[in-house]
Amino acid sequence: MRTLAVAHGVAWRVLHNVFTNPSLLIPSLIFPLFFFTAFAGGLSRIDQVPGFDYPPGYTAFQFVFVLLQSAAFGGVFTGFGIARDFESGFGRRLLLSAPHRSGIVLGYAAAALVRWLVTALVVTVVALLVGMEVGGSGIDLVGLYTLAVFLNVAAILWATGVALRLRTMQAGPVMQMPVFLLLFFAPVYVPLALLQGWIHSVATYNPITRVLEAGRGFLAGTPTEVGLAFGVAAGLVLVFSLWAVRGLRNAEQAG
Amino acid sequence: MSESFVEQVGQLARRSVVRTARQPANVVFPLVFPLLLLAVNSTGLQPATHLPGFPTDSYLAFALAVPFMQGALFATMNAGTDLARDIQTGFLNRLALTPMRGIALLAGQLGGVMTMTAVQAAVWIATGLIFGVHFAAGVGGIVVLFLFSLLIGLGFGALGAFLALRTGSGEAVQGMFPVFFVFLFISSMAMPRNLIEIDWFQTAATLNPVSYLIEGMRSLIVIGWDAEALALGFGVAILIALVAVTLASVSLRTRLTRS
Repeated sequence: MRTLAVAHGVAWRVLHNVFTNPSLLIPSLIFPLFFFTAFAGGLSRIDQVPGFDYPPGYTAFQFVFVLLQSAAFGGVFTGFGIARDFESGFGRRLLLSAPHRSGIVLGYAAAALVRWLVTALVVTVVALLVGMEVGGSGIDLVGLYTLAVFLNVAAILWATGVALRLRTMQAGPVMQMPVFLLLFFAPVYVPLALLQGWIHSVATYNPITRVLEAGRGFLAGTPTEVGLAFGVAAGLVLVFSLWAVRGLRNAEQAG
Repeated sequence: MSESFVEQVGQLARRSVVRTARQPANVVFPLVFPLLLLAVNSTGLQPATHLPGFPTDSYLAFALAVPFMQGALFATMNAGTDLARDIQTGFLNRLALTPMRGIALLAGQLGGVMTMTAVQAAVWIATGLIFGVHFAAGVGGIVVLFLFSLLIGLGFGALGAFLALRTGSGEAVQGMFPVFFVFLFISSMAMPRNLIEIDWFQTAATLNPVSYLIEGMRSLIVIGWDAEALALGFGVAILIALVAVTLASVSLRTRLTRS
């Protein structure tokens, strides 16, 4: 119970900060919409490339990427807040006052999830308003959003681990860059089969590719590689849970 | 132009370059980030070259103009943030007490930005050459491309200086980043304008001056000597530079009067 009480307190504080501070809230809402507009709008003719076969169309194809990207960056943005807390000294006071410190990590993760759900709602509404076609059933869509939730949790756990180890805002690029690379070294613009050269090899072994392809399958109503995608997503959550908990121990030892 | 004025500009340009060089994030990130995006986009969007009417069979050649614009964007932010810090720390006020002419501060700051722009342009051109991009306008085209990027750096650097002098806040300058980002994204950055399918996007890209800057540079790489693209590109770049330098000069005068 004490763990949950700590988590509740931490999550409430983070969410209060985010939703009362436009400079924190707006970028996480605006950036996915930028990417969605630029990719789905500017590159829509890509669906006429020979071999491109995604029945719901290019808007839906890009929507899945932008949704997953917003989930991952929602986690990273919350990680910036953790680093700021520790840089300002608030994090140390939090460590002193929390009876069950794992609740701190849980609270940050819960806040990241709620924060992303708002972004996901906005992105989804915009996509539907611009005429995105949805081929999948309700169950398929639950699958898509569940995958995105896994990615959001994995990203916040990664960012938490980094923030708790480095405890400075200068850790921002360390949190952001690997997530950026993993996302963009997946089949962002065209399906995996159309990629050529080194990017095809990298994308084939990139775990995010499985999540992205399964997500696109869900939205099209033709689920593919579902077990593998959920296995990868759950694996990422597990690995980064350990990473975040070890980071917490590191912060505790630093005092 | 008096010798002391040139010396003042030189000293301040040197200070601007040294200050940037001492912050690795300000040097590395503006170089690494555009290169990463170039690598990702040029490989991921290579299939787009199969579209009928696409002007080249190499997406790398097509996309090589984009890092120049991204570099200009970072130059705007860095120049603006540095100048805003000078205002916030009182450096500008102290400078106003010296015989140094106000315009020397602006010229020095822009000299520093253009030095960084020159380094970046050399990196983008070298990257293109190393990865087999054939510059359609030849060696002369590479020289013009380099000069074009300096002109763009001047304009965008002055824009950053104007924002800093107007607001006096580094955070306010950084806050403009998303606005510039929109201009970059809603342009012909990723696709030729005639191949953009969505009508409103095509219209926005046509109205967006950044499209003409990119297309001017791109013409030297993929087409050759395209007079229309170059005239539009240089015209827009000169206009931005003139307006931005004028605005920055007026704001500097106001700022120094306030001090």
